[in-house]
Order: sequence, then C-alpha cells, then structure tokens
Amino acid sequence: MSLDVTPTNSGPRADGVAATAEQYLTFMLNGEEYGVDILRVQEIKGWESATDIPNTPAYIRGVINLRGTIVPVVDLRRRFDMANVEYTSTTVVIVLKVRADAVHERTMGFIVDAVSDVYNVTPEQLRSAPDFGIEVQVDYVKALATVDDKMVILLDIDQLIGADAAFGDAAIVPH
Amino acid sequence: MSVDISQFHQVFFEESFEGLEIMETGLLDLEDGADLEAINTIFRAAHSIKGGSGTFGFSAIANFTHGMETLLDEMRSGRRKVARAEVDVLLSGVDCLRGMLAATRDNAPLDLDAVAATQRRLEALLQGASPQAGAAAPGPLAGNTGFRVRFAPEPHLFKTGNDPVRLLRELCALAPCAITVDVSKLPATAELDPETCYLSWDCVVEGEVSEPQIREIFEWVEADAEIVITPLAAPEAGAPAALTLAPPAVERRADDDRRQNEDRRQGDRRATAPANAPASSIRVDIEKVDALINMVGELVITQSMLSQFSQDEEITNLEKLREGLLQLERNTRELQERVMSIRMLPISFAFNRFPRLVRDLSAKLGKEVNLELNGETTELDKTVMEKIGDPLVHLVRNSLDHGVEMPEVRLAAGKPAAGTLTLDAYHEGGAIVIEITDDGAGLDTGRIQQKARERGLIGETETLTEEQACEMIFHAGFSTAEVVSDVSGRGVGMDVVRRNIKDLGGVVEVTTKQGEGSTFRIRLPLTLAILDGQLIRVGDQVYIVPLVSIIESLQVRPESVSSIGGARELYRLRDDYLPVVRLYEQFGIDSAAKDLEDGLLVVVEGDGRRIGLFVDELLGQQQVVIKSLQTNFRRVRGISGATILGDGRVAMILDIAGLITLCHGGASTGSARQVAIKVA
Repeated sequence: MSLDVTPTNSGPRADGVAATAEQYLTFMLNGEEYGVDILRVQEIKGWESATDIPNTPAYIRGVINLRGTIVPVVDLRRRFDMANVEYTSTTVVIVLKVRADAVHERTMGFIVDAVSDVYNVTPEQLRSAPDFGIEVQVDYVKALATVDDKMVILLDIDQLIGADAAFGDAAIVPH
Repeated sequence: MSVDISQFHQVFFEESFEGLEIMETGLLDLEDGADLEAINTIFRAAHSIKGGSGTFGFSAIANFTHGMETLLDEMRSGRRKVARAEVDVLLSGVDCLRGMLAATRDNAPLDLDAVAATQRRLEALLQGASPQAGAAAPGPLAGNTGFRVRFAPEPHLFKTGNDPVRLLRELCALAPCAITVDVSKLPATAELDPETCYLSWDCVVEGEVSEPQIREIFEWVEADAEIVITPLAAPEAGAPAALTLAPPAVERRADDDRRQNEDRRQGDRRATAPANAPASSIRVDIEKVDALINMVGELVITQSMLSQFSQDEEITNLEKLREGLLQLERNTRELQERVMSIRMLPISFAFNRFPRLVRDLSAKLGKEVNLELNGETTELDKTVMEKIGDPLVHLVRNSLDHGVEMPEVRLAAGKPAAGTLTLDAYHEGGAIVIEITDDGAGLDTGRIQQKARERGLIGETETLTEEQACEMIFHAGFSTAEVVSDVSGRGVGMDVVRRNIKDLGGVVEVTTKQGEGSTFRIRLPLTLAILDGQLIRVGDQVYIVPLVSIIESLQVRPESVSSIGGARELYRLRDDYLPVVRLYEQFGIDSAAKDLEDGLLVVVEGDGRRIGLFVDELLGQQQVVIKSLQTNFRRVRGISGATILGDGRVAMILDIAGLITLCHGGASTGSARQVAIKVA
C-alpha cells in the first residue's frame, strides 16, 4: 500500500490563506505531533520489513527497496529515545528528500506511529524552540507552531540527518 | 526573441573534444603519408569547432582554430607540403585547443601565454618561415610593418546583425590603429534610413600584424563588405631591430584585452548559470536504441497477453500462462542485456590517446617505438573505461621508459632498432583482458631481488622466485630505474595502478622474459553494474558474495580448527592456515549458527589474502544488479553495495577485501585479535 502525496505549490497561495503560509505534513510520535515541510515529502508507505545494515545504530532500521532505489529507514521513536512499540497497521514510512549539501539530496524513510494532518502554518503561528540547555539537543527542532490550540514540533530534517555521525562520510556519488 | 543557447554548450564541448580526437588521430596518420582524404577529415573537424565556438561566442577559440584551419587549407589545396614541422605545430594547436575548450567549459581562465605562443608558431609557419626560423630571422615579417585596411560595408550590413564598431574595436586590439571614417555617402538627415549603413572606414594598422589576422576579424562580414588590405611600405633599414622587439608587447596588449573580454564574458556566464556542473552523457548507436524500443514493445505485448489471461474467469489453460511467463522472462533478460549494452563503448576510446603519447614520449626518450593496437572494437562499460584510462597510461609510459631499450642497445642485442609496443584487448569469459606487451629488456629479477633487499622488503637471505619478483614491482615505493626521470621511476605508480585496477574488481599481473620483453595483463569485469553473486545465509539475513572472490566452500572438520592466543581461529586447509571469520560476529547477527560444524566455511580471496568465511548456508547463485548504498546513506565497512533480490527484498553485497582488512586488526575487532599471522 502506497499513497502518493503530490505536493502542490498552489495550495496556500491559491486559496488565499496567506502568501507566506507554508504547508506541513504532520505525524504522531509517542502522542506528540511533529511536522515536516510538505515539499520534502516524496511519498508515504506502509511499513514492511527492512534489510539490516551491519554495524549501524539501532535507530537505523535498515534499507528498503523503493522501486529499485536503496533507501535507508530511520525509526524516529528510537532516534528520539522514546519507548519502543510494536509496529501496527497505522505505522508508516514517510519518504523524505534530505539535503546532504547544496547540490545533493538523499532519499530517506522515517518510521512514525501514524500520519496526522496537513496544516497551513503562517509565520505568526511560529515560536522558536525553547533552549533546554546542553542536556537536550534540539538543533533539529526548527520551530514550534500552534495549530488549533495544539503544539506541533516542526522538524529540520536536514539538521537531524546532517549532524548525525551515523550518516557521515556523506555520500556524494555521481550516479 | 531569445533562445538560451547555453543549453547546447555541453553538446558543443562533447563534439569539439571528439573533433579534437579526430584531428589528432588524423595528424598522426599524416606523418606516415599525406592523403587528401585525411587532410579533409582534419579540416572538417577543425571547421566544425570553429563554427561552433563562433556561434557560442567563444571567440578566442574560434580565432585560434581559424589559424589552424588556414594552415590546413593550404595543405589541402596542395599549396603547402605536409612535413613534420606542420604536423608538430598542428598537434600543439590541438593540445592548445583542448586546453582552451576545457577551460571555457569549466569557466576557468584561459592559459593565454600558451595560446599566444602556439598562435605565434602557427602564424610564423603561415608566413612561410619555419617555426624556429620565425623568431630568429625576421626578414619576411619585417616587411609587414602594417596594413592599410579599407572597410566599406554594403548598405545592408546592419541587417546581418554585424556591428562595424565591434570589428574596428577588435582591429584596434590587434595593433595600434588610426581610423578615418568616410561620410561621403551620408544623406541628409531627413532621408536617412537608420537601418542602412552609409559609412566606410579607412584604417592604418601599424605594428607587426599579419594579413590573416586582419582578415580573421572581418571574416564574418566578407560577403557583406568590401575589404581591401594593402601592406604599408617597408620601413627604413634601421628599423628591424626595434621591430623584432616590439611584437611581444603588442601581442601581450592584445592578449590583455582579450583576457579582459574573456573574464567579463565568464563573469556574465557565471552569474547566469551558477550550477553548471558537467553532466556526463554518452552517445549511443541508433541501432542499439532501436533494438531497445523493439524489446520494450515485445514486453508490452507479453504483459498485455498475461493481463488478458488473468481476466479470464477460469484458469483452464495453464499451458498458456506458462508460455507467457517464459516469454516475459526471455524478454526481460534480453531487455536488460540491451540496456547494459548502451553503456558499452569500444575500447578504442581509451586506446586513442596512445599513438600520440607514444610518439611524444619516445621522441623525448630518444627511443624508436612502433605502437600496435589490436582489438579496438572490444566493448566495455563506460565507467570502467573512464577509470582504466590512467592506469593504462601509466603502464604504457612504464613500458616505454623501462621496457624498450635505446636503439643502440637493441641493435647490440640483435634486435631491430625500433621497439614494438602492443596493446591488445579481447573478451574472455565475462571479462575484458587488456594486454600491454613490449619487446624490450624484460624485468631483471636479479636487480629486483637486490633492490628488495636494500629496501628491506625481504630478508637478506630470502630469494625471490620469478613470480614473486614480478609481484614485487607492484609494491609501494619500489622502482629499479637507475635515474628518476620525469617519465617514471619515482616508485609511485605501479602500486597505484594495481590499487585502481583492484577497485574496479580487476587484477593486473606481469609476465616477463629477460631480454625478450614483458607483458602486463589486466583483467577487468565488463561492467560495474552487474555481478555474479553467490547468495549466502547468516541467521535470518541473506548476503551476496561476489563469485569471483570465492575459491571454494567446505564443511568444517573440527580437528582442523586451531586457535592462536585463544581468540583467533585458524583452519588448516591442506598446507595453509586460514583465519576464520565468523560473519555473524562481524555483523552482530544473533540468530546465526554458532558452532562451526553447523555451517560452512567459504574460502574467499581479496587483496591477495585468503580467509575462511563462516556462514550458515549457501543459497543459489545469481546475477545481481549492483545498487549504491552511498547515494542515500554512506559507505559501510565490509559492504560494497546492495542489490534487490527476486522477491523485492534488499540484500547486501559483501566487500571481501574490506572484510579481510577489517578482521586483520580493523577497528571493530578487539585488541586480543590483532595477532599478526603469517600464513606459511
């Protein structure tokens, strides 16, 4: 089962909400709602098994075959040190484009509890992420947004992957 | 109306580089005997480059090529004999052009000094003097201290898109210039048509310029204007000394202007197209594409046949389904082969550079060498081709430098004065073999042994077999050349050659006979995209071992297992002790068999070392398509890539050489395991 998300630029502008509004796809993780820039979303897939990559951290669940492309899959629960749960029928893999540098993009899958919603977020709704000190690393939190009186944590996916040594020795291969 | 012509740049560069190859090959052939058709071919190639660069506004390239074209034209029309001097100048022109094209493509500054130097040689030749004599004897040049140029455009000049001011400015850039305008045809303002050219110009160009240079400026308007170039009177007797000094300065000024123009243009280009990364492309034989289109058509038919079949409510005719599946299988396999063949290019692409290289290098070394190329149509993958180029160059240089002897030495040894270097390519069982053979001195195993002792690579009393001595030359830092020449002899290289070839999954070996020559034999996989693999199971994981690295597989006999330091296991196989690598340990797989007797030992070789890989079970063998793990992830130690199995699952391909390094004191193994083991 695979659901194609067709990100359209026309969304926020055409319906006249606000010229500066950005669309975010949100998903649930341990009861919290997280959001990613919808233009980065390539597709959403149901969870199937992945092939292990030896000698990698546990939160890298392995690689899957995405129509002939080898795509690594990250379990976001484990990445954020949340309690492990069994994968259920709502567990999905969100396939995102992650920028490795100015030119290169990587395609990666992220396992989340469930897909939630698509929101238009205007700058007025944004709050910068609070500083938790050095105890909690929150570089990958781009901002917090308030939508319908709920808090949505907007993720900076490039930062989350780019700052992670497990994804290091960045792969610039001309294929 | 504006068309972004920068989109065609890449094609232009590709075609131009191809054109240069044609020119180079043709020029080298010319030396053996002039043939009108050959000159024509070279001329056509030069002409296309000139035309293309003119169209895209690379005027420096166009101007330069024009000079070469003029020379070629004289050769073509028989006004000039083809001699070594001409070929030399044209060859250096080809080099120069290649540099200019590469610089323009990469938005790098042109090497204007080299361009100017080559251009001077060309012009000197064009003016009848030999290139060397040109500078020394300014006689014929001194006469041309300037020209009077009458430039009278036709009234419709503007409509052809030409701007007289630009032309005159270029003329001024060439040399100091006094220009007077003739306004006699100018009508009254009321009758003036702004799109008609009423003016003509009279220019006196002073300084050492040649007529072709001036003609070149007006080349594009020749048909639309009256251009009369007359030389000025020769100067008095005292002048030549001053004149011979003057040209470089003039030339330099012109260069500076050109450089500025060039810089400006490049600046513009950079601003408009920042991410102009060179994409690689290949040109494909139209037949191959047609065959592919046919195949896809067949595939569609088979597919529709099968889907129609599935719509039948009752599946009664199983025979038909089987037939369809069989056809589908045949089609897909053929389709895959065809697609792969698109990436295949004849090896002549890699061989083409050698005639020139051998010519230049043998002249430099004072040796006489004939080059023979065989099997140039043998095809191999483009990626492999690109990566094998440098190692090949190195091996050829090496053979010329160390292999082939000086003519007098050869004569004394009873051999013909000219040595022969042969490049051979042929297919051999799913691989391509390239052989580089020289009939030179061969490897001196005695000297190699002596040198190896000096360097402490072997013990004082150790002796090397012929085979081992041959291996020795691939050792880092090993060179037996008496003198370090700039050709080879620094002892870097052969080890790099071997490493590069290994990275491609190939092997290189040398056979030699002292006094009769040596042969370097490179064996490479035809493609990097497909691999013959052995599927193995470890616990619940399936891995692929490249079939080429498997020596044998065997059941473990417990009495043959021993250990060193209590940690490192060795397996006695006939007369060897093999280190045993338990794959489940390396990769941290829990579900695997732990007892050696429950699994199999796969003896694999990589980097010249052997290990016994302990796995649960051997599954089937199959051809696998190699997918990069790096594109979306990163390199993983011990894994060379991934592939997709028949059921759609991903399986990792083991990097045997990497695994061996990993377990020979690699990072992930404990210190207790870093026991150095010398296998007898």
